[in-house]
Amino acid sequence: MQPAVLEGEHFWQGDIAVAEGALAAGCRFFAGYPITPASEVAERMAERLPRIGGVVIQMEDEIGSMAAILGASWGGAKAVTATSGPGISLMLENIGLGVMMEVPCVVVNVQRGGPSTGLPTLWAQADVMQARWGGHGDYEIIAYAPSSPQEGFDMMIDCFNSAERWRTPVILLTDGVVGHMTEKVVVPPAEEIEARLVERKVPRRPPGDFLPYRVYDDSMVPEMPVAGEGYYVHATGLTHDERGYPDMSVDAQDRLVRRLVGKIRDNAKEIARYELHDADDADVVVVTYGVTSRLVPPAIERARKSGVRVGHLRLMTVWPFAEWVVEELSSKVGGFCVVEMNLGQIYYEVARCARGRAKTVLCGHAGGGLYGVGEIVDAILKAAG
Amino acid sequence: MSEKSTKTVAGDSREKMSHPMERYLRMERIPHIWCAGCSIGIAVNAFCHAVQEAGLDQEKVAVVSGIGCTGRAAGYLRFDSFHTTHGRAIPFATGLKLANPELTVVVISGDGDLISIGGNHFIHAARRNVDINVICVNNFIYGMTGGQVSPTTPLSAHTSTTPYGNFEPPFNLPYLALSSGAVYVARWTALHVRRMKRSMVEALRKSGFCFIEIVGPCPTIYVRRNRLGTSLDIMKDFRERSVVRHGADPKEADLTMTGPVLCGKFADIEKETFTEVVRRNLEAAQ
Amino acid sequence: MRMWRRPLDSDGIRVPGGRIFVIKNRCKGCGFCIEFCPRGVLEFSDEFNVKGYHPPEVAHPERCVNCGLCTLLCPEFAIFSEPDEERDAAPDGESEERGKNDAPVVRRASQTSGKGDGDATGGA
Repeated sequence: MQPAVLEGEHFWQGDIAVAEGALAAGCRFFAGYPITPASEVAERMAERLPRIGGVVIQMEDEIGSMAAILGASWGGAKAVTATSGPGISLMLENIGLGVMMEVPCVVVNVQRGGPSTGLPTLWAQADVMQARWGGHGDYEIIAYAPSSPQEGFDMMIDCFNSAERWRTPVILLTDGVVGHMTEKVVVPPAEEIEARLVERKVPRRPPGDFLPYRVYDDSMVPEMPVAGEGYYVHATGLTHDERGYPDMSVDAQDRLVRRLVGKIRDNAKEIARYELHDADDADVVVVTYGVTSRLVPPAIERARKSGVRVGHLRLMTVWPFAEWVVEELSSKVGGFCVVEMNLGQIYYEVARCARGRAKTVLCGHAGGGLYGVGEIVDAILKAAG
Repeated sequence: MSEKSTKTVAGDSREKMSHPMERYLRMERIPHIWCAGCSIGIAVNAFCHAVQEAGLDQEKVAVVSGIGCTGRAAGYLRFDSFHTTHGRAIPFATGLKLANPELTVVVISGDGDLISIGGNHFIHAARRNVDINVICVNNFIYGMTGGQVSPTTPLSAHTSTTPYGNFEPPFNLPYLALSSGAVYVARWTALHVRRMKRSMVEALRKSGFCFIEIVGPCPTIYVRRNRLGTSLDIMKDFRERSVVRHGADPKEADLTMTGPVLCGKFADIEKETFTEVVRRNLEAAQ
Repeated sequence: MRMWRRPLDSDGIRVPGGRIFVIKNRCKGCGFCIEFCPRGVLEFSDEFNVKGYHPPEVAHPERCVNCGLCTLLCPEFAIFSEPDEERDAAPDGESEERGKNDAPVVRRASQTSGKGDGDATGGA
């Protein structure tokens, strides 16, 4: 047997760090399907999980992978899968099932160039809106965006914590750069990690006195029994009542979907994480997430040298989007410069929340390469007007 | 919601009668939605009897179903039950079983759900010999959505998407299951309740991928639109046309609209299950 | 199964009697129990249940041997049988009387003249 937490310093590829982060968070089930640039996550899991008493299975496709992690979660395991854009497209239906059944699980998307087969070996950040709106129906999702292998490790723990806390699938929106770059990763002592793990919210009432989809406190999150404990839980993708039974009424739909959406939307201020630097009386606030957070510092430096006061909003969670931050800033700053490796996704969120009070500029990229510093500087200056 | 009847034999009456299988049903949801004469109710009844006869702990049985008429079975069964997405009951069940091997995991779903959209998952789970039981109620149609053709619809049958008669050859499910790697393969018609129950008991007690096909045409759509009579006529027809041959080669088990219905336990073999193989390989790798 | 002579130990054989319970309002009138009861115990009643179907009625209660087929066969869980402690069907040779589906009729031992066929014609 090996330890689940490999304490100490490592020189790890992002995908490896993500896998290790899952294991450190207590994940003991992985089901996945090979896809560039996420296959390394599956490979690491295939090596490590059997040595720590976990289960790993390469499923026949991504759809089966997502279904399997939902089943594993109902069986009591913390479960994860890893894929890229095309795989997420396949998984969307079952991500929706996870949302509807309120199943804690984590889905890693190592984003690559799209659409369709696109650029398998090269990165992009073009699946951001898909993470939020990809599945049909009204729902909210939680998505983290790491910008380094270290963050990949740390954020996986956050992903599992959020998944258990809010009883929802959580997406880790990493990308081909962060996934395949190799950097130092420091793994803290196991007890330290253990102390910050959020465990599943288990039923506090005995079977017979418990309804699986009633919320017994003021959290909007119901307690989750697992299979095999006598609760005879029934979970369905159909609109359901508090017993979990299908209820095809307008009333049930309203109650259930509003709670599912509100569970995250109403708690967005608690869930969203970001870093805001030098935004007070800035002319321009640069907005980044994931790999672009690593790219902008030299551009910000140069822009400042030409006299522009530049702040930096670094999103750690992309969803729920930190609307209130942008709204508040929009009345104080001159403009926003959104630097993202796509042709405009978070850009639209920023523009929406700025409500025309601040100019919003996109420094986009179709994917595959990286910006030159000059490109970003130009965009910042443009936002400064 | 209690259904009362006071007429019994010998004139005595009871306040509330309970069918002996009610302990396995979510009685607050009974009566179920299945039509008069639908075989799914029979399959569910036999399944309840089988769980009891196999002596399984009700808390440790989990039922997973997909979408469709048979898929509704999970909603009526009083076990940990999961009504998942179309075609994905088997991988869901795989995850559930692997995460919690103590559970006896049973997939109850229909021909369209398991074999059309779910076909890929079906053959892979059989190939791996995942330790789950799959009960497929084959009603030859997509009933819930109004009667479209299914991969098991016999040739020449009339369905809403084959208005000129089905010209696609149907799957032979026992053959498909066995050739994919299932270790227990049986087929019974809805009439063969005792033998169906016995097969279910055997499958529940057996490790590995166990597959039971229950042949039961949809009375409301398939039977009616193909002018085959009533569901009772179909059951009587089974009495005439079914041929029981244990150990028969499933290659001969093709179904046509008028030909014999070959039934029986076609295979019951011993093979390492997925979890056993994994464990064995892991020990070797240490 | 017809026997060519009475088995020598037939006096010691008990065929248990059964008692049928019909949960009338659950029935959807499919007719399976009526058709396939091996002893011809049931028939369609004339009454309607809440759904508008004719549930089965126990037309020949003395014939029931608690084989359990109806319990197992009903798609609606609307009918079941239980052992009837007070009544046996005693096999006493051939019976002239034939019921539905040509099943031999079994009478109480006290009612027969020593004739009766204790066969339980196999169901499914």
